[in-house]
Parts: sequence; C-alpha cells; structure tokens
Amino acid sequence: MEFTTPVLNYTLLSPILILLGAALISVLVEAFVSKALRPITQLSITLGALVLALVQVWRIRNEQSLTAAMGSVIIDGPAVLMQASILIISIISVFLIADTEHFTALAASLPGSDEERQAVQSGNQVTEVYPLTLFAVSGMLLFPISSDLITLFVALEMLSLPLYLMAGLSRRRRLASQESALKYFLLGAFSSAFFLFGAAFLYGYSASVTFAGIRDAVVGSGGNDVFLLIGISFLSVGLLFKVGAVPFHAWSPDVYQGSPTPVTAFMAAATKVAAFGAMLRIYYTSFANAQWSWTPMLTVIAIVTMVFGSLVAIAQRDVKRMLAYSSIAHAGFLLTGVIALNKAGLEASIFYLFAYGIATVGGFAIVTLVRDAAGEVTDLNRWKGLGKRSPWVATAFAGFLLSFAGIPLTSGFIGKFSIFSAAYESGAKSVVIAGVLSSAIAAFFYIRVIVLMFFTDPVEDGTSVEIPSALTSLSVIFAMIVTIALGVFPAPVLNLISDLATFIR
Amino acid sequence: MTTSNSLVYLIALPLLGATILLLAGRRADKWGHLLGTLMSASSFGVGLYQLSQMLSRSNEARPVTQKLFEWISVGTFNVDAGLLLDQLSICFVLLITGVGTLIHIYSISYMSHDHDRRRFFAYLNLFIAAMLLLVLGNSYLNLYVGWEGVGLASYLLIGFWNQKPAYATASKKAFVMNRIGDMGLSFAIMIAFATIGTVSFEGIKEHAHHTSTGALTAIGIMLLVAATGKSAQFPLQAWLGDAMAGPTPVSALIHAATMVTAGVYLITRSNFIFDAAPTAQLLVVIVGAITLLFGALIGTAKDDIKKALAASTMSQIGYMILGAGLGPVGYAFAIMHLLTHGFFKAGMFLGAGSVMHGMNDEVNMRKYGALRKFMPITFVTFGLGYLAILGVPPFAGFYSKDMIIETAFNSGGTKGIILGVVTLLGAGITAFYMTRVMILTFTGKSRWDAEAHPHESPILMWLPMAILAVGSVSSGFLLSRGDALVNWLAPLFEHHGEHEELLAPIVVSGLALAMVAIGVAVAFLKYSRQEVAAVAPENVSVFTKIARQDLMQDSFNEAVFMRPGQLLTSALVKTDEHVIDGAVRGVAQLALGSGSVLRGVQSGFVRSYAALILIGAALLIAAIWVVI
Repeated sequence: MEFTTPVLNYTLLSPILILLGAALISVLVEAFVSKALRPITQLSITLGALVLALVQVWRIRNEQSLTAAMGSVIIDGPAVLMQASILIISIISVFLIADTEHFTALAASLPGSDEERQAVQSGNQVTEVYPLTLFAVSGMLLFPISSDLITLFVALEMLSLPLYLMAGLSRRRRLASQESALKYFLLGAFSSAFFLFGAAFLYGYSASVTFAGIRDAVVGSGGNDVFLLIGISFLSVGLLFKVGAVPFHAWSPDVYQGSPTPVTAFMAAATKVAAFGAMLRIYYTSFANAQWSWTPMLTVIAIVTMVFGSLVAIAQRDVKRMLAYSSIAHAGFLLTGVIALNKAGLEASIFYLFAYGIATVGGFAIVTLVRDAAGEVTDLNRWKGLGKRSPWVATAFAGFLLSFAGIPLTSGFIGKFSIFSAAYESGAKSVVIAGVLSSAIAAFFYIRVIVLMFFTDPVEDGTSVEIPSALTSLSVIFAMIVTIALGVFPAPVLNLISDLATFIR
Repeated sequence: MTTSNSLVYLIALPLLGATILLLAGRRADKWGHLLGTLMSASSFGVGLYQLSQMLSRSNEARPVTQKLFEWISVGTFNVDAGLLLDQLSICFVLLITGVGTLIHIYSISYMSHDHDRRRFFAYLNLFIAAMLLLVLGNSYLNLYVGWEGVGLASYLLIGFWNQKPAYATASKKAFVMNRIGDMGLSFAIMIAFATIGTVSFEGIKEHAHHTSTGALTAIGIMLLVAATGKSAQFPLQAWLGDAMAGPTPVSALIHAATMVTAGVYLITRSNFIFDAAPTAQLLVVIVGAITLLFGALIGTAKDDIKKALAASTMSQIGYMILGAGLGPVGYAFAIMHLLTHGFFKAGMFLGAGSVMHGMNDEVNMRKYGALRKFMPITFVTFGLGYLAILGVPPFAGFYSKDMIIETAFNSGGTKGIILGVVTLLGAGITAFYMTRVMILTFTGKSRWDAEAHPHESPILMWLPMAILAVGSVSSGFLLSRGDALVNWLAPLFEHHGEHEELLAPIVVSGLALAMVAIGVAVAFLKYSRQEVAAVAPENVSVFTKIARQDLMQDSFNEAVFMRPGQLLTSALVKTDEHVIDGAVRGVAQLALGSGSVLRGVQSGFVRSYAALILIGAALLIAAIWVVI
C-alpha cells in the first residue's frame, strides 16, 4: 500500500496550530506551576496565543487555498473573516473568564463536599478553564474552514467537548451548572448522531465526503434525491442545534442560565459565529444548486425561530434566560442570511455575526457585575432602578440591548437592515416580513429591561454592582465602542467584508 | 444642487451640548442649563444664517445638501448619511430651534428646584439634535434615525420624573404606541427599497412616475401608519394624554410644537408618493378628519388642564394631517397651521406650566378659578393663544385654520362638503372646550385648595410666553401676507390646476366665526353662568362619561391588542415550559438551584428535550416527502 506524505501549509494553518500548541502548554502549566503563579501564567498564555493567532489571520487575509491540509480545509476570504471574528470575540471573553470568582475552585469535587471546602479554603483554585477555552477556540477556527464532512465533524466535536465541560464549572449553584453541562452533553451527543447520519446519507448520495464532491453530484443531479434530502435535513439538525434554532433550541435557556456567565458569553457569541460560518459555507457551496429542496425548510425554521424566540423572551424573569431567548431569536434572523443565498447575504451574515457576538459578550459582561452576597443576581426584578445606582453600567447594558433590538446608530440596526435587504433582494419576502415583525416584538422586551433599570425605583435588597475589574471594564468598553462605531460608521468594515467575502470552491 | 459644509453644525451643536452635559455629570450642575440653552440658541443662529443664505439664492437653487459619510453599502445598496435643507426643512429648523430655545430658557426657571436639572437639559439638547436630524435627513433611512432618536429622547423626557409609577407607565405606553408607528416606517422603507431600489427623497421622487400605483399606495399607507404613531392620530392616539405626565416644558416642546408634528412633516415630505397614490391620500384625509373630531370631543371632558391641551393638540394636528391629505393645494396650509400652532400651543402649554407653578403643581382646572388677577401676564399670553386657536381675526389661527377649512370645502363633490362640515364642527367644539379652559382657570370664583398661594411666575418663565404670544398674534398674518409661505414652498410640490370654488373665502370665514361664536356662547352659558363644582360631578350623561374615558380608547386597545398578545405569549411560554412532557417542572427547579434539580433531571427533563429534537427531525423528513 502506497502512503503519501501529507503536505501541510503551516502558514495558513498557523492560527489553529498556535492555539493547539498553547493549549498543550497550558495543560502542563496546570499540572506543574505553583498555585500562586498559575492564574497569571494561564491568562498570559491564553491571551498571547489568541492575539498571535489573530495577527496570523490578519497576515493571511488575502491568501486563498484549497490545499492547505490535503484538501481538508479551505482558506478564503470568508474563512479569514470568520476566524478573525471568533478570535476577537474570544479575546474579550477571556477578559471575563479571567475573573476566577465565577469558577469553582475544584471542578472534580462533589458539590458541597469536604474536598470542595478544602480547596476553597486553601485557595487552590484550578484554572483548567484556560486550556479548555483554547481547545474550544481551535475547534471553532476549524469549523468554518472545513471542506469535507469528516473534518467538519471532528471540528464540531473539538469545539463542543470543551464547552460541555466549561458549562459545568460554575462556583455558585454548582448542581444547576453540572446539570446544564450534562444536559448540553447528552443533547449535543444526540444531535451529533443526527449530524453523522446525515453525513452518511450525503456520502451515499454523492459517493464523496468533500464539499466539492457533494456539489458536483448536486450539479450533475446524479444520485438518489431522497438520500440528498435526508442528508441535508439530518446534517442541518446537527448545525441548527448548535445555533439554537427552534425546535432544536431547548437546551440553550437552561445551559445559558446554568453556565458560569463568562462561559455563557463565550459560548453564545463565538459558537454562533463558528456554527453559522460552517453552515453558510456548506449551504452556499455544496447545497446551492439544491436550493429548491432546503429553502422551504429553512424558511419555516427561521420564521418559527424568530417569532418564538421573541415572544417567549417577553415572559422571562431571569436576565440570562432572557438573553438566551434573544439569542434564539437572533439565530432566526441569521438564518435569513443563509436563505438569501447571494453575496449580499453572505456579507450581511458575516457583519451580523460579528456585531451580534461583540454585543453579546458586552451584555453578559454586565450581567457578571450585578451581584449580591451570594453571587450574581440574574432575577430581573432585582435589576430595578439599576440606572439610579450605577448609571454607567445600566447605560452600557441599555446600549447593548438597543443594538439587539436593532435601533438605528447601533451595529444591530445595520446588521438587521443589511441581512433583511439581502434576503428581500433574493425574493425571500415572507421571512423578511416575519423578521421585521418579530424584531418589533423583540424590541418590547429589550425596552422592558431598560424601563426596569431607569424608570423603576430601586429595591433595597443588597443587590449591588461590583466595581468591574480592569479586564472586565476593557471588555465592556471595547464592546460598546464597536457596537456604536459599527452603527455610525459601518462603511470601512462593510467594505472590508465586501472585498473578502467570496467563497472559493 | 448646492452643497454646504455647515449644515451639520445645526445638529452637532445641540448634540455636543447633550454629550458634555451627560459626561460631565454633577460637575456641570452649576452651568449645565446655561450651556444647554446656549447650544440650542447657537443652532437657531446657524438656522437664521442658512435662511439668509437661502433667501439670497434663486428659487431653484435654494435647497442645500451636505454629504456626511458613506453609511451603508451592502451589495447594490448604498446609503449616504446626508443632510438636505430646503424650503420645507428650514421652516422646521427655525421652529424647532426657535421654540426650543425659548423652552430652554423657560425651563431654567421652571426646573430650578429639581436637582437633576442638568440631566433634563442634556435630554432637551438631545431631543433638539434628534428632531433636527429627522427634518434634515436626505433619505427615509436618515429620517428614520432621527425618528427613533426623538422617540428615545421623548421617552427619557416624559419619564424624567420617574419617581412616580404612573409616569413610568406613561412613558412606556408612549413607547409602545410609537413602536407600532415605527414599524410602519420601516415597512415603508423596505417596500420603497424593494420596488424602487432607493430610499433617498430625491431618488424616489425621480422614479415615482414609473412605479406601480400599488407599490406607492402600500408605501403611502405605511408612512401614514408611521405618522399616526408619532403624531398621535387615530388609531394610535392614546399615548398623548398619558404623556402629559412629563414636565410641562416637555409637553410644550415635544407634544405641541415639534415631535408630534413629525407625522405632518413626513406626509408633506412624501408628497410625491401621496400625489401618485390617491387611495393612500384619501386615507390620510380620513385619519385627519376622524382625529380632529375625536381630539376635540375628548377635550370637552378633561378637567386636567394639560390633558385638555393635549386633546386639543391631537385635534389641531388632525387639521394639519387633513390639510396634507388634500394634496398640492393643502400642503402649504398644513405647514402654515403647523407653524402657527407651534407658537400658540407651545405658548399655552407654557402658560399651563406657569399656572401649575403658582398652584403647587395642581392640574385640575376645577381647583383653579379667578387666577386672572394673580397671574396677569400668564392670563394675557394664554388669552392671546386662546384667541389664536379659536381663529379669531387677526390672530394666527384665523389665517391658517380657515385656509384648511376653505380648502376642505373646495376639494370637490360630496367629499368636500363632508370634510368642510367636519372641519367647521371641529372649530365649534374647539371654541367650546378652549373657552371652558379659560373660564375654569382664569375667571369666576376661586376654588383653590387651602394651601395654594397663586403668584405670577418669574421673568425667565413669562418672557418666553410673551415672545410666543407675539407669534400667536402675528405669525398667521406674516406667513399669509402675499401668500408668502405658499410661494416659498411652491417649488417643492407638484403644480396643481385651479379648483372651482364651492364657497367664497369670505363665506367660509363667516361660517367658521359663527361656529366659534356658538361654541364660546355654549361654554359661557354652561360654565360662567353657573357655579363650577370643585369636584367633577358624577351624575353626568353617558356621553360625558365616555368622553372622560378618552372615548374608550384604552378599553379598545386592551381588547384588540393587549389581551390577545398576552394570551399568545403566555400560551407559548406554557408550551415551552411544558414541552411534550406535562410533568416537567424543571425550569423553576433549575432556577432555584436546589437539590430538587437532580430530581428534575431524573424526571425526564433531558428526555423531553431530546424528544423535541427527534420530533423536529421527523418533521423535517416529513416535509421532504411533501417536497418530493
């Protein structure tokens, strides 16, 4: 048997390789560095690796290659944009993760056990969240550049497994946190099975696992259409689960609520970029010519998702659950970009993902700041009058909410406007009408929170706003600047996206 | 088209003021109000300079544009952030900054006891900036930014005294109603973009001729929805009365002179759409006609002086909308009434504020009476506004309102007669309720509470009232002399043929004055000849009761919009919380984070989620069989 030496283009793969290398070092640090030095060492390694990877991504921004890893990955404009978005979001999420207050001292201990108490007393805080983050980010970088189903699946697991663990790391309410981790894991495994099943059907249809091979089979319409349709549907179940589209959304409110808030921020923002990145690539390249088969399906899912997410969010009493339903609604808005299936749709989706991701991290960063003696306060009733006690924090939160609501002069408005007009141009009118209607509904609950913060009297119940750490402030300020800047002067970013956003095949 | 680099200062100055005042915080408490007033006044100065420049150019060269930056460019879709100052927008610019500055001055004194006065001025400046952006934007999208901006600023201002729950509720209601209107605007923009391919005023005007009437009608109706929301027109009128909870200068600025007239601006600005879409135009007239009667009727039953004025505003804007709906003949008169109304209604609101200032913030007119002697200046300025709104010659309203009535009569056929009668009737009812306000407040016997010590307001408050009163007296005459405003605006509108005259102007004026006389007389008989009860009588006719209930508008909204909405939401929440497995109570348990969570897991929590995924996947497959 002949064995060909793999030819790898290390420059193009360097962002992922840097992160994986750093993750391995980070594991060693966890084992061998003293507990006093550990947090700062881990933080430096993680941030250093992420920044370095971002620099590398920027340097390869004009490269295009189908053969960077023997045809398993594609490097092109959208790939670079997605990777850069994921890295930027990850960096500001790590700023939040740096606050060890959110994480359990010893995740391996039973909640409430002596072991746990000892770990807390001795100040022996484990920092395994950093290597987990690095592994997850490297999976996320691989996900949108995969060019065959096998790599896509490996990337999916690579990003998911660390996330399942991270969801269970919360210091407070550990049982709820662990439950959400388990739930996420079980349901994730379940949806992965659908994903694989779909991949098998697609192989059966096209006799190929590469996106290009599937595309050729679709163009030549050689295979069995039933296989293609089942393949697309099941593969979509796996992807739609990750983005939290209805009816595959049920995990997200529980997991968002149960996870440590910095992890929720990271998960909500970065995973969405990665999953939509992969989804856009596969739908825009492999399935583009079978548009007739999946457009109706995605249209229905998109409409149900945004209407459902917006309506149910109205009734939420917990800020993290509310943001979870808001993220479900946003998944629906983003699906309109997939349905659009034109260049404008791709550009708008990339812009939307970046804008939404940044605002999401900012929003959750604020959630980490509102606390009482027992930890974070997520009950919305106790956010009453926050605007009076901490006007800046409340104003920043209001800014992010307005961006979610798509009010002009925020990034959310430009994102919604461009994604809806792209979908309209492509003729997907029903989804646009549903989108505009549900964003009008969605505005209610965002505004309800603003009313609560600014127009309601504070309740004296010990809720207070923590003085943010330097890194958390940095994260909030950066997110705020981006949110406003992309609303007022989006042109440079839109132009950059427009120059780069073309899938190569 | 002429370009200019200085338009942006109109908006930038008040925006800078708002930014400084908000960022400086308590440090600016000492001088914040002065800076705010100065910024607004400077913007007025820039406006006057622009007017002088405009006057020096020929008719065609008068509009000025300024491109700020490239805003959105996605695919084939490009929008620049740009400003347009033409004959129409300059009217608004001067009204907004002029009346705005007067109200800033008034507020210095009115809000002097409020320890958050600086913040109040920051919001006022923010509002001025947003309102200017609304009237200066050169495309619907830019207008939309200002449109949302005034919404936000008004929301902040109405809720400024948010210590009282009713005020917060009021600002919420204003927001919700406006949101429906805003949706109309965003739909209009989307339809315009989809069918015409551009959202700039210039672009749509150019292409309007070869766009299908259906599309233009749809855009027009959506614009009308937007206008009804912002201008408190039927059926989205309910918020205006409640919005009176805000500080009185806010009511004068936002709910009389500027923001609520944005709907009239929108329709007038979109003349090229409405002229080509007769159905939409007819709807505009109908909305205007209904609201002008609706508002007037509510006005007759209100004991709260501000709510009575709010109802009157609603009714007067109804006149403007009706005028704008009459097409090219009506636009200029709608704008003229808008300008004169800006003077007299803002003046009366400030007068009401002055009365409240002297009466311990009492708003119930049944507890006023005989204030004429104690507040002579307020009485005179309010009285001049009163004469103006009635349309007594030669006060401002006589020129502007009579022109609308006359145009309504001459709009032809049965429609003309109906509209003419409605507007006449409105004039009569207006005379009735405004006279009622005058009598209850300023004449008769005092019915004050024991602790009231009415006194005239300080000069900073009465000076703006006096200046506005001068406007109430003279603006109508000045604007209509030699058809000044009509000719000024003429280049913007399609030219129209001569209409046959149903009634001569002199006859219309006579009829209107007769109606006014009847209204005044009835009010005199009812309120001046008899004692006025200090407490509103309960044994009144069913009509009065309905009018006191704002003609049941809240019950209507509740039954038609709120209840079904709440039902739907709670039903959805139920479905979500009890997905498939009715036994699942896990959501609450998770929230509690107690040991019972584990039981939640065992009771099939995950299983039911997984089942949902399975059903979803099955549905997808089922859908495929349908597709095939």
